Amino acid sequence: METNERNGSSPAGQGASEGAKVRVENLDFWYGANHVLKDVSLDIRANEVTAFIGPSGCGKSTLLRCLNRMNELIPDTRLEGRVLIDGRDIYRNADPVMVRRRIGMVFQKPNPFPKTIFENVIWGARVNGYKGDEADLVETCLRKAALWEEVKDRLHAQAYGLSGGQQQRLCIARTLAVAPDVVLMDEPASALDPIATAKLEETILQLKERYTIIIVTHNMQQAGRISDRTAFFYMGELIEADATEQLFTRPSRKRTEDYITGRFG
Amino acid sequence: MTSSQQYEERLERRRRKGLVFSVLLFLATTSGLVVLVTLIVDVVVQGGQWLDWDFLTRFPSRIPENAGIKSAIVGSLWMILLTAAISVPIGVASALYLEEYAPRGWLLKIIQININNLAGIPSVVYGILGLTLFVRFFALGRSLLAGALTMALLILPIIVISSQEALRAIPEGIRESAFALGATRRQVVWSHLLPMSAPSIMTGVILALSRAIGETAPLIMIGALTFIAFLPTSALDPFTVLPIQIFNWTARPQADFQGLAAAGIIILMVVLFLMNLSAILLRNYFEKYRAR
Repeated sequence: METNERNGSSPAGQGASEGAKVRVENLDFWYGANHVLKDVSLDIRANEVTAFIGPSGCGKSTLLRCLNRMNELIPDTRLEGRVLIDGRDIYRNADPVMVRRRIGMVFQKPNPFPKTIFENVIWGARVNGYKGDEADLVETCLRKAALWEEVKDRLHAQAYGLSGGQQQRLCIARTLAVAPDVVLMDEPASALDPIATAKLEETILQLKERYTIIIVTHNMQQAGRISDRTAFFYMGELIEADATEQLFTRPSRKRTEDYITGRFG
Repeated sequence: MTSSQQYEERLERRRRKGLVFSVLLFLATTSGLVVLVTLIVDVVVQGGQWLDWDFLTRFPSRIPENAGIKSAIVGSLWMILLTAAISVPIGVASALYLEEYAPRGWLLKIIQININNLAGIPSVVYGILGLTLFVRFFALGRSLLAGALTMALLILPIIVISSQEALRAIPEGIRESAFALGATRRQVVWSHLLPMSAPSIMTGVILALSRAIGETAPLIMIGALTFIAFLPTSALDPFTVLPIQIFNWTARPQADFQGLAAAGIIILMVVLFLMNLSAILLRNYFEKYRAR
């Protein structure tokens, strides 16, 4: 069965990683001389939604992009420390292409390829050598991204004909097609209207049953609605990470409290 | 006087200034067109009577009535095809390397500056290079191949630069999302970057080839012949091209040859027009691959 890999990689309750699907250890990151992440250590649990919050420039998007080695594509960057997925270091003795297949990413701006809806979903699977039933995989992924009902009659229409919210869910479907087990989302709703945002959030909540989701958001209400745990960043440092309810109602650090109550940022 | 009144008076003046500006822009545009139209009219008046089927199908001759431009047309077609076959793969591959593969740094900057400079070197210098390198050193003689290699060198910088610009115009989100799906760089290049940049690359290529088809100096340098009463059968044969034939005719004192030259210019302009037209059609055809 073609979907075996997806099911098999479901990491719930894997003992080896002791609940930490993603472990960030003493991570430092530089853009040129600019020290943007400072000694960040963080555990992210499987099958939860973890939100990264903080003011602009705090390093939350940079950290997200360190988790699937996207930052390597930017010249003149440097990384120290370790990122482990299921206990394995993704930077040492690891192929970035394989890392990115296993850790999907949805970007801030919906960025479908200038191809049909069908081609958008299947392309990633094809380049990774998928040999199964393409129509089957496309339907499965579009259903998981809650887009199937809206596009099933026009799979071979251009993706640019979709609305912004639909495009973003198409990008999610595209990401799911390569069978990742972690999905990173970089402010996925920031270009969407409130209705499309609500729909996207609903989709994210459904996805966490099978995927570990990490979402960067500027919107604290959104973090409160969809995340199980929240990490607050400020000036490149991780200030506090806790269960979302705990962090929003009884933050242990003054700076976190100031931020979530809107006193700065 | 209230400020509202002031603003209304100003508005009147601003409108007048705007009108003057748009008229100036219109005049700038028409001045170029006027020159072009004058040129075309002059050439058609001089050469129109010489344009007939015989002119297209005959070889050059000392007798104006018998002279034709067949060998130059065929030579130009050979020239363009060979030049494109050599310069397009090399040019696009160079642009891909520079934009997508080469590590950023001082070496890349130096290469980039050099390419930009090469685009500005006078064509006659390429002719000298072609004479030394291809005609003499590689002993290709005064052949089509030597000419095409020289022309390819001449337009390579233009192709590289326009292809680089085409690649740069692709939104970064396309690359990022393709890499994020676990694609290799080669897959990103072939599936997305090349199809998406193809319209702009082709436009650049055709404009570069249009320049090559009108170039005379480098081919005179490498010794393209002006009197060819046969068609080339291989890339190693001697040849002539349209601009050289035209140049040859204009250099003769008899008025009839001036008319022949004008007729040759009409043919050259038609060829250029067709090439530019095909550039537009190709660009429109590939428009659907463009990212938004």
